[in-house]
Amino acid sequence: MLLLFEQFLNGLQFGITLFLLSAGLTLVFGIMQVINLAHGSFYMIGAYVGAAVTAATGSFLLGLLAALPAAGLFGMAVEWLVLRHLYQRDHLDQVLATFGLIMFCNELVRIIWGRQPLFMDVPPWLAGNVEIVDGLLYPVYRLAVIATGLAVALLLWFLFTRTRLGMQIRAGASNREMVAALGVDISLLYTLVFGLGALLAGLAGVMAGPILAVESGMGESILILTFVVIVIGGIGSIKGAVIGALLVGLVDTLGRAFLPVLFRLLFASATADAAAASLSSMAIYILMATVLIWRPRGLCPVQSA
Amino acid sequence: MTRRLLTLLAGALFFALLPLFATFFGEPYLISLFTRILIYALAAVSLDLLLGYGGLISLGHAAYLGIGAYVVGILHQHQSEGMPLLSWPILVQGSDNALLVWPAAVLVAAFFALAIGALCLRTRGMHFIMITLAFAQMLYFFFLSLEKYGGDDGLSLYARNRLPGIDLGDSLHFYYVCLALLALFLLLAIRLSRSRFGLVLQGARENDRRAKMLGINTYWYKLACFVLAGGGAGLAGALLANQTEFVSPGLLHWTMSGELMVMVLLGGLGSLYGPVAGAAVFLLLEEGLAMYTEHWMVYMGPILVLVVIFAKRGLFGAIAGTARAE
Repeated sequence: MLLLFEQFLNGLQFGITLFLLSAGLTLVFGIMQVINLAHGSFYMIGAYVGAAVTAATGSFLLGLLAALPAAGLFGMAVEWLVLRHLYQRDHLDQVLATFGLIMFCNELVRIIWGRQPLFMDVPPWLAGNVEIVDGLLYPVYRLAVIATGLAVALLLWFLFTRTRLGMQIRAGASNREMVAALGVDISLLYTLVFGLGALLAGLAGVMAGPILAVESGMGESILILTFVVIVIGGIGSIKGAVIGALLVGLVDTLGRAFLPVLFRLLFASATADAAAASLSSMAIYILMATVLIWRPRGLCPVQSA
Repeated sequence: MTRRLLTLLAGALFFALLPLFATFFGEPYLISLFTRILIYALAAVSLDLLLGYGGLISLGHAAYLGIGAYVVGILHQHQSEGMPLLSWPILVQGSDNALLVWPAAVLVAAFFALAIGALCLRTRGMHFIMITLAFAQMLYFFFLSLEKYGGDDGLSLYARNRLPGIDLGDSLHFYYVCLALLALFLLLAIRLSRSRFGLVLQGARENDRRAKMLGINTYWYKLACFVLAGGGAGLAGALLANQTEFVSPGLLHWTMSGELMVMVLLGGLGSLYGPVAGAAVFLLLEEGLAMYTEHWMVYMGPILVLVVIFAKRGLFGAIAGTARAE
């Protein structure tokens, strides 16, 4: 039972990381109708800048403070230099151009920081474990990640439903010509939304730094999971991103933890291990296929023109 | 039309005579490089059927390439171990006879395309892109954890497949086999693109709702296109496994799908001949840049972005003076 609870928290923490990535991406999909494969690169750049500044100054907070604007500004630069020219084109052109950006970014960080992965330490003030319930010690850092993610989700909810900017963004998602006709600078709005998405991806990257290795290409494995989240949740829906991210995080983590145990009860050990290994790495894709058969537009479909 | 014909003739002549030049100038490695180009061209042409004619943006085409390669690898392993692959309900032995193995690779890849396509085609647009990608990644992870067939280390072949009368181990023979298969597939694709089937596909690409209003169930046409493209990629995979004598999950990785897409776009979307040129340019550029710097991708990336933004017709369109075939 304790193990289940611990894995549940791990899944929650993974889901929160996925949510930070998918929130930005789903907005870009939903509002601008642009498919952006380079979103994982913002995550990677956040992680690298965070790790480098933390290593140089010895302060995790400074690393975090440097990484957020770095990822955000990089995202805005990408929007301004490349994606802005592709809003009116097919998805195919967008896929290819952002694929080129991924190649560039992955190789660039290899040139700057080398092929060896960087490692980040958990900051001393977040190190150690805390006893949540009797006998369960859980790392403080992971709890901090969960708390940050929840705070960001609240902040986003506030931004979208209670502020003028959020209203404009929602309006832009449902009818961009009308919003532009009412005098909103839509291209500035797009750049801002893009920057916000990149910043959230950068935040996810810095927070993942002490948990995973910071390496070139780290953005793509998580990018594909982010796609799965968005497809499950429904493109353009923040609520869908929350639900999808938690589902994917939990199914992936719990699958990896408990499928081998479950299979060993049922089959001989050798086949059980092999079957469990392949099934647990495929679990979220099976989840996605099931959701799609049931609801082709995702769990929270957004109605738009 | 004459300019287009000239371009095609020059291209065909170039590929037919290449081994002669390579031997004459004492650069035999060119033959194996261009064999690789022919194989990737086959995969890229099959993808062009989807992208250019169907307007179906699949970001998971590498899956069928990988499946084709694994069919060759797995059958080869069972042949060399002398163990049957399947003993129930029917006995399936391993084999290294190209006449059996290659059609098997095509059929298995086409079968997977049928299953995956049937699901993916329920969706459109951005969903379709992401779902094809996700299914390809699922198969990638499946082969990655398939310890019996090498897992992430991949699977080595002891020799190429056998083909009666032809020595596939000989690089010259193998080159011409690849060239012939590419030419056959191109012919098939061109014929199909001009048939009713191709016209329906293009109609559905331009306006799916109108095609449906005309009483055509476009779903089945798209599915057939998806299966055909999958089979073509499976054949390319089988050839690739033979050329490198090695199969690994890397073939199914999504960057491979991306690279195939790049080849199609470089060559010219919807031109069918174009992707052959695209594959040649991509692989030669990769080879050329890699000679100067190990960080070739840092140049390739921006080149790609510029091509997407500025060169809409692709290489074939620029040379042959025709945009996508209408």
